[in-house]
Amino acid sequence: MNSFWADPIGFVILWFISLLQGWGLPGDLVLLISYVVGALLLATGSLLLVIFLIWVERKIGGRVQDRLGPNRVGPYGLIQPIADMLKIFTKEFITPDGADKLVYNLAPILSVGSVIMIWAVVPFAINLYGSNLNVGVLYIVAVGGLGELGIILAGWGSNNKFALLGAFRAVAQLLSYEVPMVASLLIPVMLAGSMNLNEIVRAQTVPFIVMAPIAALIFFISSIAENGRAPFDLLEAESEIVAGFNVEYSGLKFGFFFVGDFLHAFTLALLFAVIFLGGWNGPAADSIPILGFVYLMIKTTIVYFLGLLVRFSLPRFRIDQMMALNWKVLVPLSLATLMLTAIFDKLAPAGNLLVQVIVLVLVNLIIWLLLQEFLARAFRDKPQRRAVLHSRPQADAAEDAPAQPQTDAMQS
Amino acid sequence: MQNDLLYIGIFMLISLFIPGIAITIAGLLGPKKPAPIKNSVYECGIETVGETWVQFKAQYYVYALIFLVFDVETIFLYPWAVAYNILTIWAVFEMVLFVIILLGGVLFAWQKGALEWQ
Amino acid sequence: MPIQIFFLIVAAITLISAVMVVTVRRMMHAALWLVLSLFGVALIFALLDASFYAVIQLIVYIGAIAILVIFAVMLTRRVMDDDAAQTNKNWWVALIAVLVVFGGIAATALSWTRLQVGPGIPPGDSILVDFGTALINPQKYAIPFEVSSVLLLAAVIGAIYVAVDRKGGKG
Repeated sequence: MNSFWADPIGFVILWFISLLQGWGLPGDLVLLISYVVGALLLATGSLLLVIFLIWVERKIGGRVQDRLGPNRVGPYGLIQPIADMLKIFTKEFITPDGADKLVYNLAPILSVGSVIMIWAVVPFAINLYGSNLNVGVLYIVAVGGLGELGIILAGWGSNNKFALLGAFRAVAQLLSYEVPMVASLLIPVMLAGSMNLNEIVRAQTVPFIVMAPIAALIFFISSIAENGRAPFDLLEAESEIVAGFNVEYSGLKFGFFFVGDFLHAFTLALLFAVIFLGGWNGPAADSIPILGFVYLMIKTTIVYFLGLLVRFSLPRFRIDQMMALNWKVLVPLSLATLMLTAIFDKLAPAGNLLVQVIVLVLVNLIIWLLLQEFLARAFRDKPQRRAVLHSRPQADAAEDAPAQPQTDAMQS
Repeated sequence: MQNDLLYIGIFMLISLFIPGIAITIAGLLGPKKPAPIKNSVYECGIETVGETWVQFKAQYYVYALIFLVFDVETIFLYPWAVAYNILTIWAVFEMVLFVIILLGGVLFAWQKGALEWQ
Repeated sequence: MPIQIFFLIVAAITLISAVMVVTVRRMMHAALWLVLSLFGVALIFALLDASFYAVIQLIVYIGAIAILVIFAVMLTRRVMDDDAAQTNKNWWVALIAVLVVFGGIAATALSWTRLQVGPGIPPGDSILVDFGTALINPQKYAIPFEVSSVLLLAAVIGAIYVAVDRKGGKG
C-alpha cells in the first residue's frame, strides 16, 4: 500500500529512508538517523499537542462551570495557550537558597521526560509505532516509576520543609494507586497473550472493555489518581500544603510540571483506548493505515473528554478516603477480578469467542453485584452523622430568658 | 529486538533532552535579578525557624513496603499471564494460591490497622 | 564493535556510581547514585536483549526499592544537613580483606572450565511464554513460585508488626 493518501506517514518514512540510502550511507547509520529523526518528531509532536490540550481543558472546564473560558486572545481564545507559553518562557528562574542545583533542575526534566517516554511504544496505526517492544506494558509501568522519582527530587531539591512533605504525600498516593493499575493491566495481557501493545490491539476482535469491564474501570480510576487530577488532586489544591512539591519552582520549570500533568492525562487516555477500546481497530483500518490513526484519535478524545468531565464535576477526596479506597476496595477488587477471570476463562469451552465473551461478561456482572453488596454493608454499619444544634445561651442576662433549643430540619 | 531497544534508548535520551533545551532557552530569555528576599525559602511568608528537618510518619514507609510486595507479586504474575493461553486449569489454581497467600497478608495488615492513614 | 564500546561505558557508569554510593558524604546523594547504578544494571540487561529483566529492574529496583531506601533515609536521619565521615582509621584492613576475597573469587571463576557463553535469547515472546510455563511446571519452578509468595507474606507481616508496634508504643 504505497499510495500517498492511504498511508501518508508511512509513505514519507519510506521516502526518507530511500533518500538516505540514495546518499550512500551504510545501513546501520540509516537506521540510526531514521530512529533519531522519528524520535525527535514524536517527542516534539507530543509537546506541541499539549498547547492545544491546555486550550481544550480551559474551554471545556469553563463550559462545565457555566462560564465561557478563554475567549479574548484570538478567535475562541485559541491563541491563549501560546500567549501563556510566551509569558512563562520569559519569567525569571528564582532558585531558593541552599537548593541542590543538579537535583533541583533535574526534577522537572525527569517529570516531563517520563511522560513523553510512554509515547515510544504506543501503536498509532498498523505500521505506525515507535518501537515494537515485546514488554510494552511493563515499560509503561517502569517509566511511571521514573516520574515518581522526579517528584521526590523536586521535593528534596527545594530545600523546603513543605515541599518535602508535599512530595512525600504525592509519592505515597502515586505508589498506592500503582498497585491496582498494574494488577488491572494483567487482565488484558492475559486475554491477549502478550505484553506487546501491537499484539494487544490485534487480539481485540472484541474490545477488552466488553470482556473485562471491571478491569477497565479500575484502570480508569487509578490512572486518574496516578495523574494527580481531581478528584484525587489533594496535592495541588490551593487550600492544602501550599501548592505541594513544586512550590519553589518558577517560570518554565513550574510550567513543565504543568505540561507533564496535562500530557499525562492525554497519554493515559491514549493508553486506555489502545488497551481496552481496541486501539486503531475499526472498519478498513487494516488496509488504510491512516484510518486506524483517525479511529485511535477519536477513541482517545472520547476517553479524555470523560476524564475532563470527571475532573470538573467531582469534589476532592481527603487523603484518608483516598488511601482507604485504594487499599480496601481497589486492590482486593482487582486481584479478585484477576482470579475469577482466569478461572472462568479456562473453564469456558475453548475456541468459541461468543461463549467466552458471554462467560466473561457474566463473571464481571457477578463481581459488580458482589461489590455493591459489600460496599452497602460496609456503609450500613457506619453511624449516620446527625447535625444537632445545641441550645445556645444568650449573651446578656440570660437567667430569666428561657433557653431556646434549636431543633431544625437538619436532624434526621 | 535490539532495534526496538535501541529506539527506546534514543527516545529516552531525546525525551530528557528536549525539556532540558527548553529550560535552557527560558533561562537565557528571563531576567536574572537575584535578591535575598526572593531567594529565601518559602514558608508562608515568615523567616525559616530552626533547621530544615521534617517530621516523617512511619505510615509512608508501611505504604511503600506493601507497595513493594505487591509490585514483586505482579512481576511474578506477568510471565504467567503471557503464557496463560497455553496453560491448564491447574496452573490457574497455582496462581490463585499465590495471590491468596498475599491477600492473607493484606488482610492481616487491615486488621492491624496498618492501612489507615495515621 | 559499537556494542562493545557502549557496554564499556555502561559498565564504567555502573561501577563508578556504586563506588560513589559508599563514598559521598550526604546520604541523599548516596541514594541518588544508587539509582544511577541500578539504571546501569538495567542497561546491561537491555544490551543482552533481556528486555523483560531490564524493565523489571526499572520497576522493582528504581520504582520501589530506591524509593523505599530514600524513605528509610528520611525516616532515620535529619536529611537536610547530613555530613557524616565516611572512613575510619582502619580502612587499610578492609582494603586488604576486599582484595583477598576478590582475588580468590576471580581465581576460582577463571579456573572453572565449564564457564562458557550460553545460547542467546530468542527474539519475540517465546522467552516470556517459556518463563511462564516454567513457573507453573511442577518439575521446574512451581515450588519456588509458591515459596516466594510465602516469603513476601513474611516480609509484610514483619514490617506491619514492627511499624504498628512502634506506632502503638508512641501513640
